[in-house]
Amino acid sequence: MLGVARRRLGCGGFSSSMLGQTLERIRLSNSILPRSFASAAKEITVRDALNSALDEEMSADSKVILMGEEVGEYQGAYKISKGLLDKYGPERVIDTPITEAGFTGIGVGAAYYGLRPVIEFMTFNFSLQAIDHIINSAAKSNYMSAGQISVPIVFRGPNGAAAGVGAQHSQCFASWYATCPGLKVLCPYSAEDARGLLKAAIRDPDPVVFLENELMYGESFPVSDEVLDSSFCLPIGKAKIEREGKDVTITAFSKMVGYALKAAEILSKEGISAEVINLRSIRPLDRATINSSVRKTNRLVTVEEGFPQHGVGAEICTSVVEESFEYLDAPVERIAGADVPMPYAANLERMAVPQVEDIVRAVKRTCYRSVPMAATA
Amino acid sequence: MAAFSAFRLLPPHPIPLQSTLFKPSISFLSYSSHHLSFSSSKPSISSSTFSSRLRPIQVAPSDLLADKTDLGPVPEISREVALELYEDMVLGRSFEDMCAQMYYRGKMFGFVHLYNGQEAVSTGFIKLLKKADTVVSTYRDHVHALSKGVSARAVMAELFGKATGCCRGQGGSMHMFSAEHGLLGGFAFIGEGIPVATGAAFTAKYRREVLKESDCDLVTVAFFGDGTCNNGQFFECLNMAALWKLPIVFVVENNLWAIGMSHFRATSDPEIWKKGPPFGMPGVHVDGMDVLKVREVAKEAIERARRGEGPSLVECETYRFRGHSLADPDELRRPDEKAHYAARDPILGLKKYILEHNLATESELKTIEAKIDDVIEDAVEFADASPVPPRSQLLENVFADPKGFGIGPDGKYRCEDPGFTQGTAQV
Repeated sequence: MLGVARRRLGCGGFSSSMLGQTLERIRLSNSILPRSFASAAKEITVRDALNSALDEEMSADSKVILMGEEVGEYQGAYKISKGLLDKYGPERVIDTPITEAGFTGIGVGAAYYGLRPVIEFMTFNFSLQAIDHIINSAAKSNYMSAGQISVPIVFRGPNGAAAGVGAQHSQCFASWYATCPGLKVLCPYSAEDARGLLKAAIRDPDPVVFLENELMYGESFPVSDEVLDSSFCLPIGKAKIEREGKDVTITAFSKMVGYALKAAEILSKEGISAEVINLRSIRPLDRATINSSVRKTNRLVTVEEGFPQHGVGAEICTSVVEESFEYLDAPVERIAGADVPMPYAANLERMAVPQVEDIVRAVKRTCYRSVPMAATA
Repeated sequence: MAAFSAFRLLPPHPIPLQSTLFKPSISFLSYSSHHLSFSSSKPSISSSTFSSRLRPIQVAPSDLLADKTDLGPVPEISREVALELYEDMVLGRSFEDMCAQMYYRGKMFGFVHLYNGQEAVSTGFIKLLKKADTVVSTYRDHVHALSKGVSARAVMAELFGKATGCCRGQGGSMHMFSAEHGLLGGFAFIGEGIPVATGAAFTAKYRREVLKESDCDLVTVAFFGDGTCNNGQFFECLNMAALWKLPIVFVVENNLWAIGMSHFRATSDPEIWKKGPPFGMPGVHVDGMDVLKVREVAKEAIERARRGEGPSLVECETYRFRGHSLADPDELRRPDEKAHYAARDPILGLKKYILEHNLATESELKTIEAKIDDVIEDAVEFADASPVPPRSQLLENVFADPKGFGIGPDGKYRCEDPGFTQGTAQV
């Protein structure tokens, strides 16, 4: 069974033999070291990854349109849609008035009737003005119409905290949208994730909420030629094991994956081998990967940026308790943002968002190394 | 076409204050000497807190008719058209009456909103549309579905919650969808359908101009009520539809009441047609109890959209004879107001017109009514006999791509699990 589990964990063809297990232990993740294989690693930023994915999908299918505030002449509020207006014209890259409810509804109506819109929210906090259309007219329509009306729409934009932008611009909406059946919710971390998942989202016939992160836009990641190919696509619903380990499973998504990997580095020097899972897809959640990892390591720490109550970590912990209870050696732990609206002051903001030290501390607690609960200021 | 700012305001129509029994000064279906858009009567204002606020409705022609001073009587319609309109309105009325019966017998449940009294608006507009044109409605959508061509059997079965309904029982009264007939819903939230309709119009224009389907001249008609006209989404879409010149007609079914909230208590300026011109589109007010008047205005608005000249806002003054829904005790509306509009029943009005103009005999009309009764009876029997949805249907249609349920513990997609199709898989 463990052998089956290993094969499914994206390791690509390792057998369950002793040699295979040894090889797996020394295999390192892409995002920590560049590959030293024959094809030289090219590095692209998440911003370029998203831009190229949009560009390729728009050129492949003339029904794909991009609609949102400042996506055209301003080249995108965060420059994600740079160059697209010049290439595809104002009929396909549409600058809208400041009217989220209106243009989101227009996107949904266009999707009902045959187009494939990509609706950009300047941040997902503004999507609250349009959430009626995301939930009630997009997510539920295929069901209400018994399959007659499918809604091939993508809602994308930055989600979660940025730097010093205050309470109304910093909320993480992953768990809000992941509650709703009929939606698919994706959270990329690296450039490869961004490209593959955005392409998958645009090609998908169902409504997809694509949660990016503003602070990740400028980060560079090495990518293989396969990723740069225009037909590259990642499957929706599959998590990625970013780093193999055997002592504890850390799940994370978006920016927290980077923090978890840094924490894993620190922990490995103290003799704790952490397995880091990049969730990629919040709905549908890849419970199989998470559970098989926990069955291997017997400990779980979930990390997220959003508010703790009813968060993504709550769902993962419940899933593990329901399905892998006998395998747990320690109580499941979830790390989330502080249960307060995001403060403005820089030191308070740092305290309100999980940091690498918090992850390290939590992992040590699950491994029964005595460490106090509270963070030091 | 004259500029939108060109309007002529008629002198105020004198209205007595606090009238308890309003007698229309103009007989049903004949015209004032001026314009089609002139409303021939005004409801008595029943809200006691507004007793001093009795501004008569000032109506003016939109630029649709700006260069016509006197349209005279409604153009004659042919016998075929008259009978088609009559049959459609009788279908709508009988269907809704049967819905009420079935509801009180427990065959229908939840929220049911009936359209009695407003048939002229639905028939007047929808009978001018092509099959591929789209209609977007609200929760009061049964008759829009019927006018657009969805069969009475499919609608009745949907209301009974059976698997043979137009949405296989998954939508219900408020969520009628039919991709085949171009009915894009059925929305429970007011104002929700307006942006969706605007999006469908956007697609039609996109298909014509970007995808170069030069014969695509499809029009979208959005129906909504007076309460919706105070909602932000309405104004957002008026702006964008006019800005991008979308082929859409915004039809306001102003039945003066939003559940128990009188339109005059909720709206700073109750004349909704006036809200079109500030956004750059014509606004027209029409007597929504007269199907021929509605049809004339609809023809112009739909043709305008089809020609690519952009959107129009049409306010139809109409009335619902029943309460907001079957659960509404309807205590706030005054009996004299109800009686006033009952006297202007659109079906009786059209019947009178047909007989006066000798387009058909009384017995022919009775035959139509009997035929519709049979259709409705048959629909009820069909719905009764239909099966309820099987258990396996619960998880169907959540996604167009069922892989969206994710990967199961065995590593395969959940939708491939045999238990999934029986509805017993763990999701």
